[in-house]
Amino acid sequence: MTRNSIVFDNVSYSFGKKEIFKKLSFEVPAGQTVGIMGPSGTGKTTLLRLMGGQIQPNNGTILVEGKDLKKIKRNELFELRKCLGMLFQSGALFSDLTVFENVAFPLKEHTSLSGEMIRYVVLIKLNSVGLRGAAHLLPRELSGGMQRRVALARAMALDPKLIMYDEPFTGLDPIALGVISNLIKDVGSVYECTNVIVSHDIEETARISDLLYVLSEGEIIGQGSPQALRNDDSPRLKQFLNGLPDGPVPFHYPAPEYMDSLIGGKNTKRIIIKRND
Amino acid sequence: MIIGSLKQIGRFSLETLSSMGRALRLLSFALIRRPDYRNIPLVIRQTYQLGVLSILIIVCSGFAIGAVLALQGYTQLVRVGSESALGLGVALVLVMEIGPVVSALLFAGRAGSAVTAEIGLMKATEQLASMEMMGVDPVRRIIAPRFWGGFVVLPLLALMFSVVGIWAGSLVAVDWLGVYSGSFWSVMEQGVDFFDHVMKGITKSIVFGFVVIWISVYQGYDSLPTSEGISTATTNTVVFSSVWILVLDFFLTLMMFEL
Repeated sequence: MTRNSIVFDNVSYSFGKKEIFKKLSFEVPAGQTVGIMGPSGTGKTTLLRLMGGQIQPNNGTILVEGKDLKKIKRNELFELRKCLGMLFQSGALFSDLTVFENVAFPLKEHTSLSGEMIRYVVLIKLNSVGLRGAAHLLPRELSGGMQRRVALARAMALDPKLIMYDEPFTGLDPIALGVISNLIKDVGSVYECTNVIVSHDIEETARISDLLYVLSEGEIIGQGSPQALRNDDSPRLKQFLNGLPDGPVPFHYPAPEYMDSLIGGKNTKRIIIKRND
Repeated sequence: MIIGSLKQIGRFSLETLSSMGRALRLLSFALIRRPDYRNIPLVIRQTYQLGVLSILIIVCSGFAIGAVLALQGYTQLVRVGSESALGLGVALVLVMEIGPVVSALLFAGRAGSAVTAEIGLMKATEQLASMEMMGVDPVRRIIAPRFWGGFVVLPLLALMFSVVGIWAGSLVAVDWLGVYSGSFWSVMEQGVDFFDHVMKGITKSIVFGFVVIWISVYQGYDSLPTSEGISTATTNTVVFSSVWILVLDFFLTLMMFEL
């Protein structure tokens, strides 16, 4: 029987009055690379925050490495997070620490490795993302794409069991994109690590994923291997994978009729612009 | 209209209560999750950032206020021939009142606002969230060292303020205005009691330090992760700290004199 790294069982989550997920259920098998895709604003980053226990669902159960995130205590959650890695969309590097110190941070906090050993590990990780030469720089001296590569090295520093990537391919040039996507795939296969990738990049995510989930309007509209999804006839899935503006998946955020917004119809809030604002 | 006003009052009350609850929760976490031996260097670094880097402003302000007190006191006391009591007056006012209050106000403006802005920016750039996701508790790593560092340094800064103020007072009174130095220092020595006066001033600055640093870390930790949110939080730190320092000063003085 396949062991699952993550299990979502009937998970519902609302932000204010807006329902983000409606009874969402899916599994992430251990040791696999799983891609989660979907249109903007569909809650992909929120999904990662739920997986990391940063927010709690309104209903349902989330199991991460067998632990129920709703039932475990705060210190147990921090203990669990030591074997998780997360790449944030913004990189989220510590601005006062150098690139080297950023990658060394989790190693210093959670291991008893000697300074020399930490140096080796950090240089190995930085070399894998092509930034060994930038070890002495501060994050503000790097481009956005380079910051994300450092953040990736930091997320992999402890060789975690499960790594979550929030838009790992954004802001990367074609060479870096190829290297980083192969690195993610290799980390999964060599260290038997589970990868969860949230991305808009259909081609790159499909290329390295063993399993794909497509989310839209709070539910999963398609799941399976990349090949199986390409062969799926579901109109919603076809629209998303082919990038078509018209179809069952809405491009527009919920809004009143276009004409009503322009002329200020009955149910619309008229936006008045003052020139001196 | 009345219902609308009632709704607004209700919403404001709920928000205030909820904010107080969050502030108390953060305080209890900062007290419970004290920095362990590995985080002692972080506390020392904060002591430097919040304390040592505030010394210049404290010394300059203490000097100016001590000198002004001596000038003002001299012009009044000389009329009744009591200028020998000038040292005592300057020392008591500085040690018991102006030292703790003004140094706390300066500390809130320089160090408190910096703490709020730093924590707020770390929140806005997801540095706190990334720390959490690495299994590192941001309360233990970020909040607690700043809390304890700030709490420890304010009484020391207040003492420094008073000492520099008294020295400036002596420069003005003795060296400039010609008050007899023997009477200036001996009347001060006889009139100022360590437990009755100095300890009261230290107690005040301990309370002020606790409140100012609590407000500072809470405002940063609870700020909205936007540029406007950080700006509002920084302003709140200075305004709330200043008001609380003055209000608490009144009640502490009331208690200390058992009126």
